[in-house]
Amino acid sequence: MKKLILIACIFFAAPIAVLASEGGFPLDKANVDLHNKEALQRGAKLFTNYCLSCHSTGYARYNRVAKDIGITDAQMSDNMIFTTDENGEKTKVGSLMKVAMTPKYAKEAFGTKVPDLTLVARVRGSDWLYTYLRTFYLDSTRPTGVNNAVFPNVGMPHVLWNLQGYQKPVIETETDHEGHEHEKIVGFETVVPGSMTAPEYDQAVRDIVTFLTYMGEPAKLERQRLGVYVLLFLAVLFVFAYFLKKEYWKDVH
Amino acid sequence: MNNFLAWIDARFPLTKMWEEHLSKYYAPKNFNFWYFFGSLALLVLVIQIVTGIFLTMNYKPDGELAFASVEYIMRDVDWGWLIRYMHSTGASAFFVVVYLHMFRGLMYGSYKQPRELIWLFGMFIYLALMAEAFMGYLLPWGQMSYWGAQVIISLFGAIPVVGDDLSLWIRGDYVISDATLNRFFAFHVIAVPLVLLGLVVAHIIALHEVGSNNPDGVDIKKKKDENGIPLDGIPFHPYYSVKDIVGVVVFLMVFSLIIFYAPEMGGYFLEHANFIPADPLKTPPHIAPVWYFTPFYAILRAVPDKLMGVIAMGGAIAILFVLPWLDRNNVRSIRYRSVAYKLNLVLFVIAFLALGWLGMQPATPLLTNLARVFSIIYFGFFIALFFISKFEKTKPVPERVTG
Repeated sequence: MKKLILIACIFFAAPIAVLASEGGFPLDKANVDLHNKEALQRGAKLFTNYCLSCHSTGYARYNRVAKDIGITDAQMSDNMIFTTDENGEKTKVGSLMKVAMTPKYAKEAFGTKVPDLTLVARVRGSDWLYTYLRTFYLDSTRPTGVNNAVFPNVGMPHVLWNLQGYQKPVIETETDHEGHEHEKIVGFETVVPGSMTAPEYDQAVRDIVTFLTYMGEPAKLERQRLGVYVLLFLAVLFVFAYFLKKEYWKDVH
Repeated sequence: MNNFLAWIDARFPLTKMWEEHLSKYYAPKNFNFWYFFGSLALLVLVIQIVTGIFLTMNYKPDGELAFASVEYIMRDVDWGWLIRYMHSTGASAFFVVVYLHMFRGLMYGSYKQPRELIWLFGMFIYLALMAEAFMGYLLPWGQMSYWGAQVIISLFGAIPVVGDDLSLWIRGDYVISDATLNRFFAFHVIAVPLVLLGLVVAHIIALHEVGSNNPDGVDIKKKKDENGIPLDGIPFHPYYSVKDIVGVVVFLMVFSLIIFYAPEMGGYFLEHANFIPADPLKTPPHIAPVWYFTPFYAILRAVPDKLMGVIAMGGAIAILFVLPWLDRNNVRSIRYRSVAYKLNLVLFVIAFLALGWLGMQPATPLLTNLARVFSIIYFGFFIALFFISKFEKTKPVPERVTG
């Protein structure tokens, strides 16, 4: 019986443990809505302006993104393409969303490879991204001057600092069951205000995360729409199949 | 039309085959829910072959291009995402239906005389399926593809004397590399599927030679009418063909729900870490095989010594091959067997599921000890079966099928 209780505990406790990040910081809900075209467009704008100079989304094409978020190719080209191709001409709208920065330069500047973000939402999940982008805090021990609660010792600087401003962590010390003391970040205090208020910044980050969630799987909206029709068809087919079987099996006793 | 058929029949046994395997193949009339999974396995095999053919049209088996070509399929190829999700979900679905199919065989003693060869062919199918799935999983060239393959192939290194050379020979390189990817592609798209198809044909021919078992484990060929047709038999077509269509539609509903609404299945069908391109220099913090291998992976990790672990893992699969000879009782169906037998089977199922879960978790001391307990129960099932089957008190088996 004890074993059973133990097993039951493990089964129920395991999913709870997964909800926290590897830094131990609890994740906030991103609540992204992929149907919100405006959020997607705002997210795309923020992403291409703030992120796309270092991070590529190299499996996606500009024009496909334009179509999916509801803008024209010209709007995309005018507002969101900042690179040139190998001939020195402006990158074409049908190109993959690569960056000009070389991996070698990235390694020198940030001490690590800068990851491609096409699939980051499928790897990390939208809640992780939403929390990560909101939990940079001042840390003078880091080369970039900032650290992150969700991704400790991250190589990335606080790129959105002029929107969010700078914050410092509120730290509490807690003692675990073995008597060791741990420092734990429980919240943040603004040190330098940014151009946005906290709710505005949360919304901006949510827009970016919405865009990245779309980016991870552009087929998502399409598959959810299509699935309804497939299932409806199968439901109708089931009725026919069921009665066909019943008719044939009448004489089996 | 009849003339045409006669023309064919004079040259090819079309009508004869149709009758032998469908319209005059007499199956017991009391098949229940568990008997859907054979035909469903065949359906999934077809889905995998057809979607696989379309995937190869755009997939590139090249260490530099593989990952991007999968994303190309997901984004730029018309309906590519659907084909890919059908294939990735199909892989898991294959194991779901095959495990249920095998469990049916266990419950109703379908492996027993005279169906030992059907069971053996089935086990070889299962083995080929595992090879097929393992090699296919390398192809997306994500981190889990790469490191999963690295872990599994390195297991061959535990074999004394030849181990290191053997794993080198399998990889074609000192690490998993482009060479490994290319040969796995060759095996995955042609070599193993050929073997698989051959085995499936053998499995079905052997089945149709001796006839299907049923939930009562009664031999329906013992009671025949004046025309030599089993009294409890009904022709497969149309009775079971129309019944299986119902099963197919229900299966496709579940299959579609996953494809359209949960293709990753919370990371069980498509692991999150596999959306990061393979990086030989960066080991993921937690490497776990896909769910259908985890029971055996848990057994491997439960044994402290690497070689013994590999032997235990291999043994866990190998012991299934001799099941027809471990079970020494003449009564086939669980319906007429002893409480001890039923309890043994229940424990086995619990152990298999628990090991499957444990194989996905990081190996903490507590979980490793649990894996040891369940590994012992897993192997204990076969040992207990050997003795229970000899001495158990069974109930009388009816002459004809019930219900």
